[in-house]
Amino acid sequence: MAGKIRLRASLNGDVAEVKALMRHPMETGLRKGKDGNPIPAHHITEVKATVGDRTVMHAFWSGAVSQNPLIGFNVANVKEGDEIIVSYVDNKGETGEGSATIK
Amino acid sequence: MKINMFQRMIAGLMMSASLIAPTYAQDDLDNPAWFMVDDGMALWETPNGPNDVSLEECDLGLGAGVVEGAFAQLPRYFEDTNQVMDIEARILHCMETIQGRDLVDVLAKPYSNAGGPGTEMEALVAYVASESNGMELATPQDHPAEQAAYELGEQLFYFRAGPHDFSCATCHSQSNKRIRLTELANLTNDESGPVFGSWPAYRKTEGVVRTMGWRLQSCSRQQRLTQLQIGSEATTALEVFLAVNGAGAEITAPGYKR
Repeated sequence: MAGKIRLRASLNGDVAEVKALMRHPMETGLRKGKDGNPIPAHHITEVKATVGDRTVMHAFWSGAVSQNPLIGFNVANVKEGDEIIVSYVDNKGETGEGSATIK
Repeated sequence: MKINMFQRMIAGLMMSASLIAPTYAQDDLDNPAWFMVDDGMALWETPNGPNDVSLEECDLGLGAGVVEGAFAQLPRYFEDTNQVMDIEARILHCMETIQGRDLVDVLAKPYSNAGGPGTEMEALVAYVASESNGMELATPQDHPAEQAAYELGEQLFYFRAGPHDFSCATCHSQSNKRIRLTELANLTNDESGPVFGSWPAYRKTEGVVRTMGWRLQSCSRQQRLTQLQIGSEATTALEVFLAVNGAGAEITAPGYKR
């Protein structure tokens, strides 16, 4: 099941402030459930942002990032109307994607 | 250390980045509750139950199918059931009467565990409440049953019981008080409005959307009282008391809380 990313990109000069909120349980794999067995790790490992064919942000995450993570970053050299796409891949190979028009 | 690593990876890309911790009162997008709102909208529109119909014909008080603004005037008196119902009671009523569903499954677990994926009820309440976001709390007090509910709610609010001889008023009848660092709102006056209007809310300590019904149930647990049941007369009466005290406040649902 593809996950959802809520995305907003607001332009200030030629720099866009991007905020992306991902829906993900971000299980570390270190917790134990009520039955005493470990809860399997399930967390985002890779987050990528692209504008056109340009990769503007590429991050590698561990299970140490919170549930439903929010990431914010600035992207330079963009203009109004550009589309930014943020996507993630998790350790189970599941993906999520969201896009926004910079304004 | 994580931020450093993060910044190093992107240094060549002419940009800076940071992991931003959400704070209170940020705009809509930063609140994971909006994922639940999306879920709730889908659930609302999806046919379910033996009758295979959606909840779109559900009358939340403003006519069948009207969701926008409905949350702002709940709980209220409903003629068809001859009782005052809150949002959760009304949704249960619609599931039973319109969709023809047996409510055993829903009632077995109306609220999710901390860190859980969220329940159908939580999603539906989040959706309905979000459709009144920005409106004023306007819980009616026109019908005698609504006035009676307020009086019952007031009685329950001040009713001391349980092994600790606690009432709601023990913690929530004075202004500018805290327990540890948590503000304790005075719910006997208009301070109640912003509190009531910000539920349902995403609780970051639990990672799930919580509803007012859950909040009251959890309060009764902390008081060591008999557990309040979802959509019950007592729950609804307390909600009427809180909502009417806070009438006129802006609804900021879904909220974002500790």
